[in-house]
Amino acid sequence: MKILVPIKRVIDYAIKIRVDPTKGPHAVQTANVKMSMNPFCEIAVEEAIRLKEAHKNKGDEIVAVSIGPKQCSETIRTALAMGADRGIHIETKGDVRGDYVDLQPWGIAKLLKGVVEKEENVDLVLCGKQSIDSDCGQTGPLLAGFLNAPQATFAAKVTKEDDGSFIVDRETDAGTETIKLLPSDAPAVITCDLRLNTPRYPTMPNIMKAKKKPVQTISLEDMVSELGLDLDEVLKPKNQVVEVYEPPPRKEGEFVESVDELLSKLKEKGVVG
Amino acid sequence: MIAAFRQSLRRPLTTATSLRCNSTLVIAEPTSNDTLAPATLSAITAASSLPGPISLLTFSPVSSVPSSVSNVLQVNTDGNSKLAETVSNAVVAANEQGGYSHVVCAATKFGSNYLGRVGAMLGVSPVSDVVEVLSENTFIRPLYAGNALAKITSSDSLKLISVRPTAFDKATSDTDPTSTPLDTQPNNLTSWLNESVSKSERPDLSSASVVISGGRGMKNGENFALLEKLADKLGGAVGASRAAVDAGFVPNDLQVGQTGKVVAPDLYIAVGISGAIQHLSGMKDSKTIVAINKDGEAPIFQVADLGLVADLFEAVPELTEKV
Repeated sequence: MKILVPIKRVIDYAIKIRVDPTKGPHAVQTANVKMSMNPFCEIAVEEAIRLKEAHKNKGDEIVAVSIGPKQCSETIRTALAMGADRGIHIETKGDVRGDYVDLQPWGIAKLLKGVVEKEENVDLVLCGKQSIDSDCGQTGPLLAGFLNAPQATFAAKVTKEDDGSFIVDRETDAGTETIKLLPSDAPAVITCDLRLNTPRYPTMPNIMKAKKKPVQTISLEDMVSELGLDLDEVLKPKNQVVEVYEPPPRKEGEFVESVDELLSKLKEKGVVG
Repeated sequence: MIAAFRQSLRRPLTTATSLRCNSTLVIAEPTSNDTLAPATLSAITAASSLPGPISLLTFSPVSSVPSSVSNVLQVNTDGNSKLAETVSNAVVAANEQGGYSHVVCAATKFGSNYLGRVGAMLGVSPVSDVVEVLSENTFIRPLYAGNALAKITSSDSLKLISVRPTAFDKATSDTDPTSTPLDTQPNNLTSWLNESVSKSERPDLSSASVVISGGRGMKNGENFALLEKLADKLGGAVGASRAAVDAGFVPNDLQVGQTGKVVAPDLYIAVGISGAIQHLSGMKDSKTIVAINKDGEAPIFQVADLGLVADLFEAVPELTEKV
């Protein structure tokens, strides 16, 4: 079984972002800000490892792919330390932004389609349901469309059957539903939601082992050329970001001393009768 | 449908070059009866600010539509109509017939499931979670859990967008629909097995005008009964933070936040919720925010209009009694 896990390096989830309105589309400050693996990508890596552990086949392979600057190699090493076997780093130039301003799901999904086809025999692509910077949630479904692959988004549970199909419990607006991804020529594409698993912390021995696992580094330009794609399709998105700004702040609130005071203020505002 | 210029689409994965007349296809959310879901009504309002007539794609019969909807395409399909592959096939079939300039759906889990797949099949890059339509090709969407907004112009020949339901008022269904059937390719990639759906007499969380949400401070699931009593008195829905859901206090479809539902009710009461960035992104567009928490330093107080530092186990019953 071969599982491809795209992973993304993003501003850490706990960081309060800073928006500089003088910087146009580059308003969100990323210099010297703590970056981490996107939490939903961590969940995807963890799920790949669990599927491999359950499958118990020596030939199984988990390949972590990341598209981003030089520092993405650290993100890939984290995935390797968790238990992925091999990494592919598609390296972008330092100023290329991954938060929708430059790279967008369309271009990423095109690259990933190329990687899937180049790799051959990929059974499953597991990715996060969305990245917490661009919040698009579209890379997985776009990739599934490009590959004409069976898909499941917002996965809360994934089981692989012996016939190669996947049973997925997925979150819906009203609860959950269970669907079956039938065996097909294309890999199954599954995006991972919060409740799928709790990712493991890499242990020290695994961090050391990870240093020896192979990582292929290739520039975005070279990969695009190798895959027969058009660089503009990846770097000049059809959805052009012309401005990034902060939403207007809420009016400052006030503390009340008692339930009575709360109620009288709510009545004043006309919110309760 | 106006169709002055029509050119049959080449097979998927190539950008259509046909000159399109302005017209919009709105894709309806699934419902359990024959009325349109609140999120669909919001999507129709968003579509109304685009040029051209509106067609509505549904998978089940609908008894009444907003007057802005010119016609309804009712999909005939084998098997379950909620699967992404099935919905995508239907949208592509509808577009081959209609040659739309815009395709709009609600940015719910249902819409987000097939939006990208449709984009890949039609050769266009989707714009998701639009909160404002500035023109037929310019949209605003949030980044970074709503802590930044991005203005996007799309140069695709067909604009494919999902809209955040709380950002658009619900259109009123007051017109008999003109329905035509639409056949679609079968889905041979996935099959639907079963579902587990929470049923409640209370208003739907995504569209309720009052939401009472509980967090880790509720301590257990039974205590949510306190919030339910208050919600019932105010005619509202009950929501929860991630912490409460993770701890097993309530089911996951109550979760409000970056993972979970985005709500913007007239009144949001956050009870025992600390106010993590990810929770705030799901409720900070609420008109009035009240926070009840015994920790006066909790970040929730930074977005609250009215903050009460108190023990929720005393304050909530008192509020329920007096409201």
